[in-house]
Amino acid sequence: MIPRKADVIVVGAGPGGTSTAKHLAEKDIDVVVFEKRQEIGAPKRCGEGLSSNSIKLLGQKIPKRCIAQAIDGAIIYAPNGKCAEIDYGETVGYILERKVYDKWLAEEAVRKGARIIAKANVYDVIKKNGFIAGVKVEWEGDNFEVESKVVVACDGVESTIARKAGLNTTNTLINIDSGYQFEMSGIDIEDEKKLYFFFGNKIAPRGYIWIFPKGKDRANVGIGIGANFAKKSAMEYLLEFVKKNESLRNGSILEVNAGGIPVGGFLKNMVLNGFVVVGDAAHQVNPIHGGGMKEAQIAGKIAASVIADALAKGDVSEKTLKKYNEIWWKERGKELEKVQKLREVIEKLSDEDLNFLAENITGEDLINFTHGKNLGKLAKILMKRPSLVKLARALI
Amino acid sequence: MWKISKEKCLRCGACVGVCPFLALELSEQGIVFFKEKCTLCGICEKVCPVGAIKVSRNDSKKS
Repeated sequence: MIPRKADVIVVGAGPGGTSTAKHLAEKDIDVVVFEKRQEIGAPKRCGEGLSSNSIKLLGQKIPKRCIAQAIDGAIIYAPNGKCAEIDYGETVGYILERKVYDKWLAEEAVRKGARIIAKANVYDVIKKNGFIAGVKVEWEGDNFEVESKVVVACDGVESTIARKAGLNTTNTLINIDSGYQFEMSGIDIEDEKKLYFFFGNKIAPRGYIWIFPKGKDRANVGIGIGANFAKKSAMEYLLEFVKKNESLRNGSILEVNAGGIPVGGFLKNMVLNGFVVVGDAAHQVNPIHGGGMKEAQIAGKIAASVIADALAKGDVSEKTLKKYNEIWWKERGKELEKVQKLREVIEKLSDEDLNFLAENITGEDLINFTHGKNLGKLAKILMKRPSLVKLARALI
Repeated sequence: MWKISKEKCLRCGACVGVCPFLALELSEQGIVFFKEKCTLCGICEKVCPVGAIKVSRNDSKKS
């Protein structure tokens, strides 16, 4: 089952890994993906929301079986309980079934010619003459060495492989959120087409609680909080919220999920000789909302095109692969860095500031801000409060 | 002393991603701890979403 060599080895079969593999296989490159878990897409570490814009950008026609719920807006609660509603009147995104979606992405990669093997744990890389020349993989109790020209690490927030290869991808405490989630049923959701967000330093320090419906009576109910800001575990914060919420209190728990969410600390360099890192492993996540599905897949596509060129040239040195840094920073990094700056401002706001902000911005503004757009407008609003003038300046 | 509650741990890997010393790895069986690499810095304890990790520095006095 385990090949002895491949042109490219991808470590991890999440969206970043399968995107990289698919785009390489499309160019007839021999690529194998090793996934340490026994099942692709499970257990999920994700709220499962993906916007229509992202889907369009990725050029995907997602099969119906991957979709739990269409979304047409959001309801956002400020710390004082006041809420703002955004209603687009049309579908602007979906709550997916990651288990099904990730497997579909894997199938697509395989259809293009990639090979994927689950429950194959890559535990180290092989170094040869200053190059990463393959991986060591454990499969069904046996150890194998697999040679390659390029290794792509898409091993998620743990990012063990990149660090063993020699890249420092360790998440700092300031740039990681703790995430915890219940998939609940038997709950009453007023409008299943809306995403629900709850903000407040007491309920979710440097983060938010979400309810992402997967039908009228089922939802992902989760929390992401700044690990360095929290006074207790994410689980404890979420439990407190659920216990106080009448419609959730007596709900059933179908699934329990947890995860670390990289929310910043983008890497200037993501390559070595014969090595590239993609997705959560490279902190490629939106620092405000914590979504990474789109980012990982875009990065995977960029990585694949750079690797394909490098293989064609017969030069997989760091110098050649650095083109990936260049393209990613131009296409995604600059925008995400702005969003990180915004996160750094928002995390300093008190609940009173957040209430004030909620009254002075529209839903449209909020969406723009999460994409790093119109931050000047946000700065202007913050400057109305004398205590925030200094913070606001950081935005412009 | 570094301790993990196997009952609480959800094997999410958040602790692995913040460990500056690669003292933690994620396997299908759970978190693998490499004692010789650990400096008891406690970052993993802070990030754990379920409070499964406990790190104490004054280990020698207790045991």
